[in-house]
Amino acid sequence: MTDAPLAPPRSENFLTAKETIRSWFLTIDHKRIALLYAAALFVFFFIGAAGAAVIRIEMLTPQGDVVSAEGYNRAFTLHGVIMVWFFLVPLIPTTFGNFLLPLMLGAKDLAFPRLNLASWYVFMISGVFTLAAIWLGGLETGWTFYTPLSAVYADGWVTLAILGVFISGFSSIFTGINFIVTTHTLRAPGMTWFRMPLFVWSLYATSLVMVLATPVLAITLLLILAERAFGIGVFDPTLGGDPLLFQHLFWFYSHPAVYIMILPAFGVISELVTAGARNRVFGYKFIAFSSLAIAILGFMVWGHHMFTTGQSMYAGIVFSFLSFLVAVPSAVKAYNWAATLYKGRITLNTPFLYALGFIALFVFGGLTGVILAALAVDLHVHDSYFVVAHFHYIMVGAAVTAFMGAVHFWWPKVTGRLYNEHLGRASAILLWIGFNLTFFPQFIMGYLGMPRRYHAYDPEFQVWHLLSSAGTPILAMGYLLPVFYLGWSLYNGRPAGPNPWRAQGLEWTVSSPPPEHNFHGPVKVTREAYDYPKEDAYKGPLPRDAWREAEDDREEGQAAEDRR
Amino acid sequence: MKTAPDPSGLDPYEDAEVRLTAQRMGMWLFLATEAMIFAGLFLAIFVIRTLHPEGATEASGHLKTWVGTGNTALLLVSSTLVALGSVAAKEGARRRALVAACFLGAAALGAAFLAIKIGVEYRAELHEGLIPGLGPAFPLQADGAQLFFNAYFAATGLHAIHVLIGVIALAGAAVGVWRRWLKLPDNAPEVEFTGLYWHLVDVVWIFLFPVLYLVG
Repeated sequence: MTDAPLAPPRSENFLTAKETIRSWFLTIDHKRIALLYAAALFVFFFIGAAGAAVIRIEMLTPQGDVVSAEGYNRAFTLHGVIMVWFFLVPLIPTTFGNFLLPLMLGAKDLAFPRLNLASWYVFMISGVFTLAAIWLGGLETGWTFYTPLSAVYADGWVTLAILGVFISGFSSIFTGINFIVTTHTLRAPGMTWFRMPLFVWSLYATSLVMVLATPVLAITLLLILAERAFGIGVFDPTLGGDPLLFQHLFWFYSHPAVYIMILPAFGVISELVTAGARNRVFGYKFIAFSSLAIAILGFMVWGHHMFTTGQSMYAGIVFSFLSFLVAVPSAVKAYNWAATLYKGRITLNTPFLYALGFIALFVFGGLTGVILAALAVDLHVHDSYFVVAHFHYIMVGAAVTAFMGAVHFWWPKVTGRLYNEHLGRASAILLWIGFNLTFFPQFIMGYLGMPRRYHAYDPEFQVWHLLSSAGTPILAMGYLLPVFYLGWSLYNGRPAGPNPWRAQGLEWTVSSPPPEHNFHGPVKVTREAYDYPKEDAYKGPLPRDAWREAEDDREEGQAAEDRR
Repeated sequence: MKTAPDPSGLDPYEDAEVRLTAQRMGMWLFLATEAMIFAGLFLAIFVIRTLHPEGATEASGHLKTWVGTGNTALLLVSSTLVALGSVAAKEGARRRALVAACFLGAAALGAAFLAIKIGVEYRAELHEGLIPGLGPAFPLQADGAQLFFNAYFAATGLHAIHVLIGVIALAGAAVGVWRRWLKLPDNAPEVEFTGLYWHLVDVVWIFLFPVLYLVG
């Protein structure tokens, strides 16, 4: 046995370990793949936002005067297809999930690093297909591809777009398989199931949904392709098919897909709340199991999308009841976050503001979801702006706000730099105000009878549309401002040190940015999750600028480190 | 068995046993996604049969039950061969010839399945006008009969693609074992997973056969 090292020397920093372009595109480091995903999602977000801008400009006036009816259909389809399939579904799992899962478990990488890279390439190929369809003229089916419109009548590039979404499903499945196997096999010694961070639990539940639901979407889309391309009628009534069958199959995936978008957000918020309150998370096991409960219940509620389609009344009643049930584990989480804040030592820093904003938006979006799950009320507001507002509160208000919170929480870990705290908090507040101004009026006009997907409307709704459109520049500011100060911090931010929030969790024990293989030696876990010291929990009334004190502490710590 | 870390430093596993567990779990999850793909089709067939019981019965009467039965037998025998080969593979390199023979035999039976499916069944259905868009006009009048046939083609077509992939994988594994590219039993995962995949293809057919051929 020679003394030659078995492994090459491990770089202190995964970003600078190898510096060629090639090393990025052939990397199998989960942290770099997370950044590859982040870059792709960043681009998709702006393409999808362009669709939203067209919609809100068109809705300024009751006459359809900016774009034609068909142009409007293409705009909201672009917005929906890109935002749902290429932004919201992959948003948190592929970026923070990829980056943090091995770090949080004490592993060197995901279980199948090459599969992870492959999933990024599959995702990019599917994105190219879909963007090509949009570039060539777009499609007007809506993101749901409802038959018979999508299978027979639509004359856009539906086939190409469906192929794109079909392929993107494989990327989702690969990621799900990778996460599940990693969680089972690569936990560090001592990292028992009930010591895992709650973000890992939420990713695990999300992955189960991805693995079990995405194939059903795949076969549904394949059947549409068969119908469009080969005339094999399954959904088209003129060929003897049943259009409702499409909706059953589609929503069997797409309702659970909502939980693919929101469950990782729950995990992020659990991390943010417990770190922001510097308090042990209240009811750890309840939060962990509620993620699994939501994942399982999510498979049983697809029929609530079809209350008005003529499915049997008894089916409607059962689906309504099951949909109410989802509120239970969701409420468990909200109550447990509130209980964690109670007697916490709260610092109103940027990630924590995002977390508070999330809780408000999510609770409101969730309550309106219960309203929609009620059979009778749904008949009144079905396919109105009430529904639009509800799912934007959940999928954008909650999920994207959680993502922004995650960006601000783990930014120092990913980049090693601190950002401007004042601008951070300003953008969290701007985001919240802009979001509510944009989408709250939509509840009202939806309740008053404004249908969705219309490019011209009755003048009585104009005041609500004006308010809604007025909110979008503020919302856009909330999203854009971080781009600038975070970009600035990359070059000018103060070094963060390994643990700027003094948070618990394995990812905070390694240097920032983490080294190439995450840990320098074998990891052994001896402590429970969120093991915040008890004496820290309550120290009388908070000083108004507690965050500043924390920042001073950090500076002192940094100065001490510099002296060493 | 405890092994040294991968010298490239890229392997997340320190322990070969854990790596095998992970690979096995990944394979089972992949098979679960495959099963869910077919579950969507089974749901579609179930809905069609519930909505149009008469059409489904009439259409099913036009399927060649004896051909389907023969094909079922072929797949069952091939699955048995694969099972034998997988057990033999665990015994190591001295069983190399047996493993290769079993897998090659299974691949040949799978190819025979495809030949019968396409050459006999699909061809006859083409001449009867049952394939949408090809051949003479669709002959059946009962409500839902055409829909049943469309589902039949979607399901058996997707299954045939899986059989084709399975045949290639089985033949590849047989050659790999014979030429010692896959060392037994260390590289048994590849052999084992190919076998698992083939069992899935078989199981899907075991469900498709009664649902499609034995209605009514």
